[in-house]
Amino acid sequence: MGKAFPFSAIVGQDEMKLALLIAAVDPRIGGVMVFGDRGTGKSTAVRALAALLPPMSAALAGFHPEGAVPPPAKATVPVPFVDLPLGATEDRVVGALDLERALGAGVKAFEPGLLARANGGFLYIDEVNLLEDHIVDLLLDVAASGENVVEREGLSVRHPARFVLVGSGNPEEGELRPQLLDRFGLSVEVRTPQDLASRVEILKRCDAFERTPEAFAESWHSSEKKTVKRIARGRAAVSAVAVPDAMLARAAQLCMAVGADGLRGELTLMRASRALAALEGAGSVATEHIARVAPLALRHRLRRGVLDETGSTVRIERALEDLAAA
Amino acid sequence: MIAKPSSLDDALMAARLCAIDSVGLGGIILRGGGDLRDEVVAALHAALPDNAPLRRIPAHVDGDGLVGGLDLTATLALGRPVRQRGVLAAADGGVVVLPMAERMSGATAAQIAAVLDAGAVDGASVRLAVIALDDGVEEEAPPAALVERLAFRIDLSECRLPDAAVPGTLAEQRMAAHPPVSTSGMEDDPAAIDPITILAATALALGVDSARAPVFALRAARAAAALAGRSTIDSDDVLLAVRLVLGPRATRLPPTSEPDRTTAPPPPPPENNESEGEQTGSDLPEDVILAAALATLPRDVLERLALGRGPRGSTRSRGAGERRKSAVRGRPLSARAGVPRGGLRLSLIDTLRAAAPWQALRDRGNGPIRIRRDDLRIRRFEARAETLTIFAVDASGSAAAARLAEAKGAVELLLAQAYVKRAQVALIAFRGTAAEVLLPPTRSLTRARRVLADLPGGGGTPLAAGLDAARALAEAARGRGRTPFLVVLTDGRANIALDGSAVRARAEQEAELAARTIGQARIGAVFIDTAARPRPEGARLALAMGARYLPLPRADAAAMHRAIAAVQAA
Repeated sequence: MGKAFPFSAIVGQDEMKLALLIAAVDPRIGGVMVFGDRGTGKSTAVRALAALLPPMSAALAGFHPEGAVPPPAKATVPVPFVDLPLGATEDRVVGALDLERALGAGVKAFEPGLLARANGGFLYIDEVNLLEDHIVDLLLDVAASGENVVEREGLSVRHPARFVLVGSGNPEEGELRPQLLDRFGLSVEVRTPQDLASRVEILKRCDAFERTPEAFAESWHSSEKKTVKRIARGRAAVSAVAVPDAMLARAAQLCMAVGADGLRGELTLMRASRALAALEGAGSVATEHIARVAPLALRHRLRRGVLDETGSTVRIERALEDLAAA
Repeated sequence: MIAKPSSLDDALMAARLCAIDSVGLGGIILRGGGDLRDEVVAALHAALPDNAPLRRIPAHVDGDGLVGGLDLTATLALGRPVRQRGVLAAADGGVVVLPMAERMSGATAAQIAAVLDAGAVDGASVRLAVIALDDGVEEEAPPAALVERLAFRIDLSECRLPDAAVPGTLAEQRMAAHPPVSTSGMEDDPAAIDPITILAATALALGVDSARAPVFALRAARAAAALAGRSTIDSDDVLLAVRLVLGPRATRLPPTSEPDRTTAPPPPPPENNESEGEQTGSDLPEDVILAAALATLPRDVLERLALGRGPRGSTRSRGAGERRKSAVRGRPLSARAGVPRGGLRLSLIDTLRAAAPWQALRDRGNGPIRIRRDDLRIRRFEARAETLTIFAVDASGSAAAARLAEAKGAVELLLAQAYVKRAQVALIAFRGTAAEVLLPPTRSLTRARRVLADLPGGGGTPLAAGLDAARALAEAARGRGRTPFLVVLTDGRANIALDGSAVRARAEQEAELAARTIGQARIGAVFIDTAARPRPEGARLALAMGARYLPLPRADAAAMHRAIAAVQAA
């Protein structure tokens, strides 16, 4: 596979970039759902972020069968990026009996699936809304628990599967069930910029990247490095960021005001605010952090009136204004 | 002679451009055209280096066949793993033809798309040009994931082979004068026109949002320049790229002030050959490009755009779960002999059971269990078919506006449930002189709401046309393994015949015939009589249709929804 497009060179799409950075700082946030049309740079952004992250310890990435020699302590591998194709079968996702070895050599062995390969990195699913429900269920379950348990065909395997789940889809082509949507930590809506200057810039950068990928990557090297540093600093700081009680109360008020179902909204809102604060080098969560991540964390959790045309984002913004005024 | 280039010429041009930059352009979607498509395939193949592979991929290909996997038969025979190469890898450097692309499953399309994106299968580089053949009727289109990644879409259905040409030689003649060229090393000359700005502006004006489209257009322009032996892109190349790449993707007419575009014939394309001399080196005005782009769009595309609809297939929903017999989920059935691939799973116990009796005969020593291909058993499951509820709504003047609003409400309520229950909903409205599928089968609330909001009312009651359209949709759904259910909302007063004439007697006769055809097709249905004072016509039609008859003169959305749910559950 060729070089990835530089993350900083993506024109606009600030909300998506912010959500991905937050997820990279704190993977426990529970993944990002990106709504938008094709060709808006969704997969480019995710791929770029994975390529941007510094190589990780080989022992923490991918799948290591029991009893195999563990990789040397200092060995590093690139952060895994796994693309889950539409129509992937359950076998391919969770892993299955290794048919090759079972039939060829009569050995019962586990053939790791995509979840195992994604361990430690990103699992990207284009068109989540078209994926079969039982696979989505399974993915979200594993993403939440961080462990893949396989009990089938006489196999009994469990292996770590910690990854940032990134889904994308176009709501015009079918809704995602609300109970699944709720399991995604953050959600963003992407749209192609509608001004000429940005569009020209996008085309220019795509073209430049295509013709001379190395030179193009080189010209973005310094801003890429800055992003890497931000993420690294954020990761180191995130657990130390304080969340004042007043901010917790504010998050809870906001969730109640917009009518977000369940506790997951509040938890995610809090975690995302903390990750954002860490990303920006703040020592504690402030109102501004909550206000910036609230649309990302809550937008997909609002109960939608069938006949209500008001967008979720608008409702959240209104609630934020009310809170600020109170 | 200045003639509008025929779509065959366009297709052959696209083939030539793809041969120059197959990786960058992806390929071509050819719609209709019969034998002419073979010409295009031959043209592309001929323009590639000698011995370039040409592979056809059937629409029902499985994952192993596409990207390779374990060759089970050989593995069993030899007792060691034998891998087979997938057809995509085998076509490296050549052309892949996808017949019946409109029937291709989303999964297959996604796999091909992934290979096109990565340019590799299992880490080995694969360079392909794809030609997707679309035989689809109105509502069918190739999967969007594939459509998005192929630069060209050309409709050959209006095209005829020139009489003089002998099939098979056409392509050769047209190719002969064009030796292979490449775009590598080409530079945009800063003094020449600025193709990037022009293409970005045109894409914006035509409402083409995907970032891929202008990139494709730029590559096409570059390939066209290379083909003409130029080292920089000139205005002709840009015009060609706009016509072939951006035009078919247009979702709206540009906001220029030209009135009445749909009724006036499109202006003839500008005479590029003359202007070439002076134009090169100067900026092409945007509106010239736009006018040229519009001039070359097929008339039906313009009409669609004028009506505010996107190009065919661009918003078509393709939900998952189009199969009834599922290999992966549902209620388990007994195992069956078969080879586990393409999502079918091996049933290990049943396979061993089948192999066990033969071990004494097969065993030559103390080796592992000898299993042959015939022993393999696969699991089968049975999933319940998805339902599709089709609403045929009378939007005529006789059905009062308020009633229409209630029908809309009922559709929304059903849809809100549908996406929890994984069912689909479609909406047909009949008014004036014809019926129209306003909402093709979908699960999307967003889309349904938008369509419903715009549902117009008024005019006559072409009941027969409405019922026929509903039946066609129901039968298509059945063909795809869904269970259709029809909800007809009307006052039953047909007054427009199928040919659009306002002869009440004939209209009634035809409506009854249409109703009886639905009855004979055994499509589950409910007939909701919305007339303020129900009359016998409604009941008679319902009887002919084999439908439950529900007179609901004062139905509100919730009551209607309850009634439909009750009938459907029964």
